[in-house]
Amino acid sequence: MKILIPIKRVNDYNVKVRPNQANTDVDLSNVKMAVNPFCEIALEEAIRLKEGGKATEIIAVSVGDEKNQEQLRTALALGADRAILVKTDKALQPLDVSKVLVKVYEKESPNLVIMGKVGIDGDHNQTGQMFSALTNLPQITFASKVELNGNDVEVTREIDGGLETLSSSLPAVITTDLRLNEPRYASLPNIMKAKRKPLEELTVEELGVEVKPTVTTLKVESPPEREEGVKVENVDVLVEKLKNEAKVI
Amino acid sequence: MTKILVLAEHDNNSLSGATLSVIKAAEMLGDEIDLICTTSNISNLEAEISTLSSVKKVHVFEDKIFENEIAENTVDCLIAVSDDYDYFLASSSTSGKNIMPRFAGLMDIQQISEVIEVVDGSTFKKPIYAGACIATVKTEQSRNVLTIRTTSFDKTSTDGGSAEFVKHDLPANNTNKPTFVKNELTVSDRPELTSADIVVSGGRGMQNSDNFKLLEGIATKLNAAIGASRAAVDSGFAPNDYQVGQTGKSVAPNLYVAVGISGAIQHLAGMKDSKTIVAINKDEEAPIFKVADYGLVADLFEALPELESKL
Repeated sequence: MKILIPIKRVNDYNVKVRPNQANTDVDLSNVKMAVNPFCEIALEEAIRLKEGGKATEIIAVSVGDEKNQEQLRTALALGADRAILVKTDKALQPLDVSKVLVKVYEKESPNLVIMGKVGIDGDHNQTGQMFSALTNLPQITFASKVELNGNDVEVTREIDGGLETLSSSLPAVITTDLRLNEPRYASLPNIMKAKRKPLEELTVEELGVEVKPTVTTLKVESPPEREEGVKVENVDVLVEKLKNEAKVI
Repeated sequence: MTKILVLAEHDNNSLSGATLSVIKAAEMLGDEIDLICTTSNISNLEAEISTLSSVKKVHVFEDKIFENEIAENTVDCLIAVSDDYDYFLASSSTSGKNIMPRFAGLMDIQQISEVIEVVDGSTFKKPIYAGACIATVKTEQSRNVLTIRTTSFDKTSTDGGSAEFVKHDLPANNTNKPTFVKNELTVSDRPELTSADIVVSGGRGMQNSDNFKLLEGIATKLNAAIGASRAAVDSGFAPNDYQVGQTGKSVAPNLYVAVGISGAIQHLAGMKDSKTIVAINKDEEAPIFKVADYGLVADLFEALPELESKL
């Protein structure tokens, strides 16, 4: 039972990212980078499955430049057994990334692919669904509970109306929502051990994926700021303002 | 002629308000707008769809497999009617997010998610980094898949239309897919969160799920929906479908009342387009006050009962 976990390198979620001076992109210089929180949740779920004796091997895969090694080492320190970095210097779109992941999937034939539902940088929420489409694997998005029973998986999903449970045979693709689990921190001994775990490097070209930048960013701006309002002294004033000034009640 | 296909979102009983906003966005791209409706019972939806003034044709796939949403089933139908269309639109609801990227992947189209503004036929604005920045993106593709953040668009006219309903057979396919087991949907007499005129939301400051009920009296008096911050949902004070914010729902009501919510950027991302924002929090330094039109620094356990009695 092999699990593949795609890992995305993104800004630390506590950092407020701003546009660069030329308004051509975001300014990530001096911004702390991290594993995308939803990918961490995916990895944590795989580690728990392995600890529960239901999985035997966890492979972390990242697509991007050399710096992605940092996030893969983090994944190895957390509990992945080995890692694959598919290198490219280009900025890939979700469709390109999913095509690269298809090649890695074909190479590794995992029984389960768990990935974050969204990267907190581009806010696309696409790669898992595209990957599932291109591999013709059952797609289960936005998971808040995963139960593995032999060759079947039952997953509870968070949807707009509440919760929904789907089941599927393996192999399958699951994307994670926030409440699936709370990821652990890597311990110092495990961080040391991770340095000796295997990290294979491939390139996008070697895998034969043609990258097409079909959607380009023209401009990045700060959103319009809301004007700070007033503090009201008490509930009476609040009700009066809502009735007579804002006229919303 | 630019042709646009909009995915009708519904619960097999009524059309989602989100679809009305998606059609409004579609109107900015062209005037040949068709709908695709996969449903277990089209007769429940026919009258409502017929009120949509700008819809020309409705592709209907009716079968009991559409009682519950399985992305694979919907996408197979989208593919079956995709030939003539230049744009494919759905809302950025959990349905739209589940279905559209799958379709885009099979069509080899790079989707543009969470569109908040149509600049022109190939240029769109969308939030990135939890709404900390707005990107203007341009597509070189001749055919495009968009999901629409519906709080950024008005609703289309429902003054009456003349849409032609075209029934299709289910496409034959060998798609691997999951099966439906069950759902636990929140049943509420209140307005739906994303379309409510007024939303009253509670955060970590509510302290527990019993206290969360303090919001109910106020919500009832205002005919408001109840929302929650991620912290409140994570702590089990409120169900997941109450969550407003980056990973929950985006809302833009006339009045948003944030109670005991500190105002993390991920929460602000989901509500800062509200017309009027009220914040009630005992911490006067809470970031929520930066976006609030009216801020009340107070202990919510005193302020909420008083507010309820004075409404």
